[in-house]
Amino acid sequence: MNFDHELTCLIAGVVGVLIIASLITRILLKKARSEGARMTLENVAARTRAWWGMVIIFTLAILMGITGTVILFGLLSFMALREFITLTPTRPGDHRTLFWVFFVITPLHYWYVLDEWYGMYSIFIPVYAFMFVPMRSALAGDCEHFLERSAKIQWGLLICVYSVSHAPALLSLQIPGYIGENAKLLFWFVIIVEISDVLQYVWGKTCGKHKVAPKVSPNKTWEGLIGGGLSTVVIGASLWWVTPFTLMQAAAMTAMVVLLGFLGGLIMSAIKRDRGVKDWGHAIAGHGGVMDRLDSLSFAAPIFFHVTRYALIPPSVIVLP
Amino acid sequence: MISSLIAGSLRVATGALARWHGCGPELRQRIYFANHTSNLDGPLLWASLPTPLRVRTRMVAAHDYWSVGKLRPWLAQRVFNAVLIERKKPTAECNPLNTMLEAMGDDHSLIIFPEGGRQTSPEPEPFKAGLYHLAKRRPEVELVPVWMENLNRILPKGEILPAPLLGSLVFGTPIRLQEEETKVDFLVRARESVICLRGMCG
Repeated sequence: MNFDHELTCLIAGVVGVLIIASLITRILLKKARSEGARMTLENVAARTRAWWGMVIIFTLAILMGITGTVILFGLLSFMALREFITLTPTRPGDHRTLFWVFFVITPLHYWYVLDEWYGMYSIFIPVYAFMFVPMRSALAGDCEHFLERSAKIQWGLLICVYSVSHAPALLSLQIPGYIGENAKLLFWFVIIVEISDVLQYVWGKTCGKHKVAPKVSPNKTWEGLIGGGLSTVVIGASLWWVTPFTLMQAAAMTAMVVLLGFLGGLIMSAIKRDRGVKDWGHAIAGHGGVMDRLDSLSFAAPIFFHVTRYALIPPSVIVLP
Repeated sequence: MISSLIAGSLRVATGALARWHGCGPELRQRIYFANHTSNLDGPLLWASLPTPLRVRTRMVAAHDYWSVGKLRPWLAQRVFNAVLIERKKPTAECNPLNTMLEAMGDDHSLIIFPEGGRQTSPEPEPFKAGLYHLAKRRPEVELVPVWMENLNRILPKGEILPAPLLGSLVFGTPIRLQEEETKVDFLVRARESVICLRGMCG
């Protein structure tokens, strides 16, 4: 991967923000009087520590180039999918199907992403895997809740594997004038998604009053969405120089990512609520499971990928491999 | 060294989360008893114990299963330090109870599955008498109920290949055989103490 000056600035900026966040939480923790404030701050401290870990792992993966990045996202998909299937129970008749899904379909899909075989990885799951799943389950001979069980496994694949994989797939886009610089685009995209989450949380906590969908998620407020969204757009646009976009394009793309991320979070909240749980798992201290961190990214990634592809790559350049 | 590695990989592979709900992980002689749905149950319960406890805890397992082939006996003896008992045809010479009491000695804990075998029903089957006899012969030892969740989805009975879902286990409040408590009453109570931990996973 081309580790240029701009990428260094980007990583240094993120590390700088984390250092400031760590310092502020430490100071506030010392001053905190009430038990409630302490609890909130302990949670913020745990989240900040987890962010450090995530940034370090992500940076190392980017440094290793497309292979490292694809492997990292492949592992994340695997962990997210196991959280998803654990929480949306299947029946014993799906056991062999699940073996295929985890150990054949997921690795194969990521192999196609690594191979930059666009024509294959964009249809492998929604066509071939989606047909294979009910076929294998039907062969196992259990009819109870058949459609529901097939749909759960297909949805798990779509959200946790197919959608998430479009983030590392950004590395293979042949954008004119931006060849070899795609790591910055991926870094920028991930930063926007996560900053949007954090800022919506902060705005919602401090001045959130009007809930968007109280039955689905009491934490999501209009104030959080608009305040967090607008401040993310400002940050996303101000970082336009690392992207292949113009200033206005960067702002519009950020707005799109914020909105999709918000809706993705809302959808995943609805599933969690339906299952009667608060978090997808316990993989990351302060954050719940992997899926709790990836929900917005998974809904934003495929659309961001395709919009970028159609907006920036002239049709004459697009050659299906 | 190998034991720790295998215990660690078991925890990672099953994503197992252990909750100490009714008691803490204390270094004292105990009998852990749990519902049984998968061949992973024994190894995972063992792997979920902190190292100082784990080295003094032995799972009780079926001789007929663990002595087949090369890998299983090696795992049973060298890794899990399992207590292999004869479950099909117990005789006076190899009475499982004596084997278990001997294996406990003064400082070892046991892991047992009082249903006697892996079940496919959602509720645990009625417990067999082994737990009662152990409790009667060693009244000072704590009996810790454990609920194991999802292991049957990771590796169901009759399957060889796993589906890598997340498992979890809950350790409940220790029970003891009460004075004048009958065998039937005790076994029912022991089974209830496992079932009531079910809602605490997740």
